[in-house]
Amino acid sequence: MIASLTETVHKRMTGLESSAMIQAKSLSKVFPATKKTKEVRAVDNVSFECQPHEIYGLLGANGAGKTTTLRMLATILEPTGGTATVAGYDIIEEPEKVRAHVGFLSTATALYGRLTAYEMVEYFGKLHGMEGEPLRRAIESLFDVLGMNDFKDRRCEKLSTGQKQKVSIARTLVHDPTVMIFDEPTVGLDVIASRTIVGFIRQCRDRGKTVIFSTHVMSEAEKLCDRIGIINRGRLLAEGSLAELRGRFGKEDLEDIFVEVVGDAP
Amino acid sequence: MSLRNIGVVYKKELLDSLRDRRTVISMVAVPLLLFPALTFGMGLLGATMMSRAKAEVPRVMVVGGEDSPHVVDALKKSSKLEYVPGTPDYVDEVVNKDVRAAIVIPPGFDAAAERGEYQTVTIDYFQNDVKSDLAEDAVEKVLKDYRLDLAKQLVGERGVPANLVDPFKVEDKNVAPPEKVGGSAIGGMLPYFVIILSLTGAMYPAMDLTAGEKERGTMETILTSPVSRTDLVLGKFLMVITASLTTALLSLCSMGVSFLLAKGMIDKLVAEHSPGVHYSVDPRGILAVLLMVLPLTVLFSATMLTISLFAKSFREAQTYLSPLTIIVIMPAVVALLPGVELNTRTALIPILSTSLVGKEIMAGNHPWGFIFLIFLSSCVYAAIALGAAVTMFNRESVLFRA
Repeated sequence: MIASLTETVHKRMTGLESSAMIQAKSLSKVFPATKKTKEVRAVDNVSFECQPHEIYGLLGANGAGKTTTLRMLATILEPTGGTATVAGYDIIEEPEKVRAHVGFLSTATALYGRLTAYEMVEYFGKLHGMEGEPLRRAIESLFDVLGMNDFKDRRCEKLSTGQKQKVSIARTLVHDPTVMIFDEPTVGLDVIASRTIVGFIRQCRDRGKTVIFSTHVMSEAEKLCDRIGIINRGRLLAEGSLAELRGRFGKEDLEDIFVEVVGDAP
Repeated sequence: MSLRNIGVVYKKELLDSLRDRRTVISMVAVPLLLFPALTFGMGLLGATMMSRAKAEVPRVMVVGGEDSPHVVDALKKSSKLEYVPGTPDYVDEVVNKDVRAAIVIPPGFDAAAERGEYQTVTIDYFQNDVKSDLAEDAVEKVLKDYRLDLAKQLVGERGVPANLVDPFKVEDKNVAPPEKVGGSAIGGMLPYFVIILSLTGAMYPAMDLTAGEKERGTMETILTSPVSRTDLVLGKFLMVITASLTTALLSLCSMGVSFLLAKGMIDKLVAEHSPGVHYSVDPRGILAVLLMVLPLTVLFSATMLTISLFAKSFREAQTYLSPLTIIVIMPAVVALLPGVELNTRTALIPILSTSLVGKEIMAGNHPWGFIFLIFLSSCVYAAIALGAAVTMFNRESVLFRA
């Protein structure tokens, strides 16, 4: 982990990259037409930057292009236009290095039901190249911090929703990523489980990580985000801190701002 | 490609699969219980029914012959037939299976025979009814013996030596070595079983590790890890092939054990059917067949992995893979047909070639040219299938098919 950080610092010092940990440059994704569907321009020429110690929120309705944008940043999908750098690596040129520095969490990232909580986290540690004593220490510390020791040997399929969320969090954190990507992490969760996630996102920022997360819940974005990007029909329509957005649109409530931005869109 | 990462993925898939009841059932329980039960259960049942049919003394009817006591006496002397008095509706009796056969003797048979006139005795029976067929055989044998005795008696009376009627004897003798006899009998079936079992063993994990993962939402989770997609698919492929080989090996072992347990019964059956023949199977032959099947298991595992990767759900994968079973069984069955021989054309048809060469190996023949050609061509097919699996796994349109 230290080696990878040094690498990143080196890239920045040599001026090859900007200080942003995430830098999307005209990112686009077009899903080609199939027999049943027309061509879909899911993400259209989106550019933005996220800095360390910052939570960047992508705010948009369902189908606005949030998930596709985040999946491209996590290199699960490949862009059809533009590119991005994450932790200093290009998502097209070095997708495996990008993934090594990213923790990705979404409601679609389920757990292996037949593995225990410990085995699940251990497996992802190993996939990130960790072994032996350092891996064991990393897992133990995560299990202590997240209060997971009571169910560490229980199979994931037997866990409650909240416990599953904790395992997912531990899974994304085991390799101590510098960038955290959350795709609508609180969808379908109850109040308690949502609070765990929200608290965890804040902790990530406080520990100096770069955090990007998508949501369609205005209150969540208001509470958490240092900067907000409003996305609609694949295009990033407005961007800034909450104060900046309030100033620009002359409205206090984020929902009103959102409606104005999206409502004006062609 | 990183061997370490492939190993990590493989170990996890193995642990995961061993905890899955359905995989364990298809990989361990089916070969250990179902197949021997089917093979030997059906075999035993067939053999029992056959020996029961043989043990039965068939009831036959003599129709006519009131004026021909000699032929009727000769028939009645045989202990292998039970006689019932003839009735006019004897055909119905045969059709209704009240009697197994009816012997129709023409009027004045004995007298006409004395005069050396040519006559016809008819045996009415129910074709393809095993018991009726056996009765017909028995009656025919008794009549043949009587015909010979009668001929000898007639030529004797005319001062001609009796052996002119029966000038020589025919004896048949098996000269093939026992392992070749056993080999061609069992050998035809063995490669067939190994091929089918390696297919069924691979089927469940191939679906579970691809379409199953998509359905459960773990595919996206695993794709967020830095391991390359090639390493991921190769780790999964190794698991599928492990299941395939385990199923095939366990089936062979359990069949071997069942064979040994039922040896007494089989020996008895063999002694009854082909006296003097000793059946044996060369274990080296079995090993050679397994080796020949190895590239086929790679072909099956990779093909099924590719196809089920395309499916969005487990059920969809099942729909795609079911026809594949028939496609695979067809050539394996064709190889069992008489007259389908190994040649340069059949040697290039996957599955059929392996089945045919397996038959040859089990019969103790080693056509090295063909063995080499078939192994090589199967390896090429397997490599193409594996290449396709890797390519598909690298395609997001397949992984995220909407």
